Amino acid sequence: MRLLTHNMLSSNIKGVVNGFPLRIEAEKVVEKTVEMNGEFLKKMFEKVDWKALVDASRAMGYTELPEEVDSSILDSDEFLNRFHHALLELHLEEGALVCPETGRRFPVNKGIPNMLLHEDEV
Amino acid sequence: MKLKQLEGLLGGLQQFPQPKVELEQYPTGPHIASRMLFTAENSFGDVSNKVVADFGCGCGTLGVAAALLSAEHVLSIDIDPESLEVASVNAEELELDIDFIRSNVLDLGWRGSIVDTVIMNPPFGTRKKGADLDFLSVALKVASQAVYSLHKTSTRDHVKRTALRDFNASSAEVICELRFDVPKMYKFHKKKEVDIAVDLWRFVPASHQRSTSCRQG
Repeated sequence: MRLLTHNMLSSNIKGVVNGFPLRIEAEKVVEKTVEMNGEFLKKMFEKVDWKALVDASRAMGYTELPEEVDSSILDSDEFLNRFHHALLELHLEEGALVCPETGRRFPVNKGIPNMLLHEDEV
Repeated sequence: MKLKQLEGLLGGLQQFPQPKVELEQYPTGPHIASRMLFTAENSFGDVSNKVVADFGCGCGTLGVAAALLSAEHVLSIDIDPESLEVASVNAEELELDIDFIRSNVLDLGWRGSIVDTVIMNPPFGTRKKGADLDFLSVALKVASQAVYSLHKTSTRDHVKRTALRDFNASSAEVICELRFDVPKMYKFHKKKEVDIAVDLWRFVPASHQRSTSCRQG
């Protein structure tokens, strides 16, 4: 699971008011190189929750994203490389996503998060 | 990529080893899947460089087709772990990066408006009434640009009315009518093979129209 996916998911357990962002417990992270698409990154910059991405990338062991950003930083190729790497090249292979309100763990195996809710959580 | 080439690659994908009738698991054939994604890309520009989600992905055919047509990020969702296993093998064999999530499409929580396009071959609602429209309702909330979906031609008027009136779609158009070959997969199938007429739809969610009209104004 890429961090772009993480950035759009939230815990949907009955009664949870703010299920975003899911906390990441990383047991195994893999990196897969993909070609960078600058236009796409610029569009995503407007849409991602930046703090959630920074925290998620740190939980995955990547500490190169700056905490404070504004759109002028998009002129920097170095920044785009880092943003690209964090958003699209880091994959959570084994671990869990944890609901920020209830602490409920959604396990991640072979890169696939199991977000299936129990009957009493729907 | 040419249509024939896309159809050929999709024809090599593995399908459901043991289809589950309660989930209405019918494979999306290469003929239909290739036309759906080819049209989405070449007539509407809804695939390449986009974030695409496949709802109820089964063995992953539609998401694979999107990735082959250069979607930047593909997210495929299904409730059934065995389907997801086959789907991830299918993606791996073509060296495609696709994210998979195990979830009931109707229960997943979403943040923001990152998904551009939703593609789906929903359960037709033959076993569980209204299942296809439940999927459509969620898809129109999640997609910011377009939803491509298949529904039985016999339900055309109902689908259109429901999408526009109840789900707030700003447009609902049938792109073409296709034949869906359902091979005899389940015991209750009496004939060897059934041909179902299905419509390929393109829906535009309401929020997109708002932002479009803002720009025009």
